[in-house]
Amino acid sequence: MTFTSYDTWWWPFLFILLGGWLPTGMWRYLGVYFAGDIDENAQVLVFVRAIATALVAAVIAKLVLYPDGALAQSALILRLAAVVIGFVIYHVSRGKVWLGVLTAEAIFIVGNYWHTGT
Amino acid sequence: MIETNENSSPNKTRYWFLRGLLCLFSMPVLILNGAFIGFSSLAREAGFTLIETQFMVATVWALPSKVVLIGAVMSKSTLLATFLAVCLSAVRLMPMVVAIVPEMRAAKTRKITLYILSHFVAVTAWVMALERFKNVPRDDRTSFFAGLVCVLLISNLAMVYLTFQVAEDMPPLLSAALVFLTPLYFLFSLWGSARERASHYAMFAGLVFTPLCHSIMPQIDILGAGIAGGALAYFIVRQQGASKS
Repeated sequence: MTFTSYDTWWWPFLFILLGGWLPTGMWRYLGVYFAGDIDENAQVLVFVRAIATALVAAVIAKLVLYPDGALAQSALILRLAAVVIGFVIYHVSRGKVWLGVLTAEAIFIVGNYWHTGT
Repeated sequence: MIETNENSSPNKTRYWFLRGLLCLFSMPVLILNGAFIGFSSLAREAGFTLIETQFMVATVWALPSKVVLIGAVMSKSTLLATFLAVCLSAVRLMPMVVAIVPEMRAAKTRKITLYILSHFVAVTAWVMALERFKNVPRDDRTSFFAGLVCVLLISNLAMVYLTFQVAEDMPPLLSAALVFLTPLYFLFSLWGSARERASHYAMFAGLVFTPLCHSIMPQIDILGAGIAGGALAYFIVRQQGASKS
């Protein structure tokens, strides 16, 4: 049973629901359940926030180091340089997200253009 | 922290819902919508129709999980394999929801409201809400969050529609640059939203552990790096705290 198994209008939607909504939704609903009556100042929330933050950081690292699609065509060293320099600019500008993003994107675009000529 | 004991009046509820909607004009929403141009062209390349892509945006509602779903469809994975891959990519949503719920609910908030709103927890809404909740009266935080996610949902769906009208003509470098917005924006906003040292350490550990875990166990690299990194960061900070006192 793959995405293109059945030639009906509803199969892709059912596939998205079972392969996309269910495995994301269940974690969210479990989250509401486990949040139960935890107090917002509870020490356990510091631990939970640390885990959540590290998980998102791992997603970021994966998107940069092992990307799919259009991004996979670019050089790894270029993506890394853009992210690191962008982060330094973000940091020295005292948290200006737009400046960090703009710097990293400029390095990425110019670097790719120069590297591949496209 | 603003605490209100009075009930939230319908007027006040509407006001905070509207304040949530006004988040449309903010940098994170602008950047997320830019990232959605890149995402939409990826979905289109993979053979998704406009309606299927919009359906996916509304039901899955977490950009990295949608990218995993598209990757699975592109590699002709079975439904079960797709389910498992997306499942692994989405574990992070559970601690994110556990962290936000105690700040979002008031004494009278119904459970069903929290279950419905939890569907919209993903990095952008999570970071924006945790930053802004301190300025929103407790009784109105669910209204504010509802307004915020409404505007995210509508603008994202509109962006998917617009991209599908023009994506064929998009140069590859441009779509790569737009896809690149996602990790950049996640990185900076996550760093900015971290409240305590444990979260900053956790972020650093999560980033550094990922290539290590990827080389050992590529299937569960995110899970391994996230849980190990987060736990390590927490215990280091606790040790530091204990040695000081």
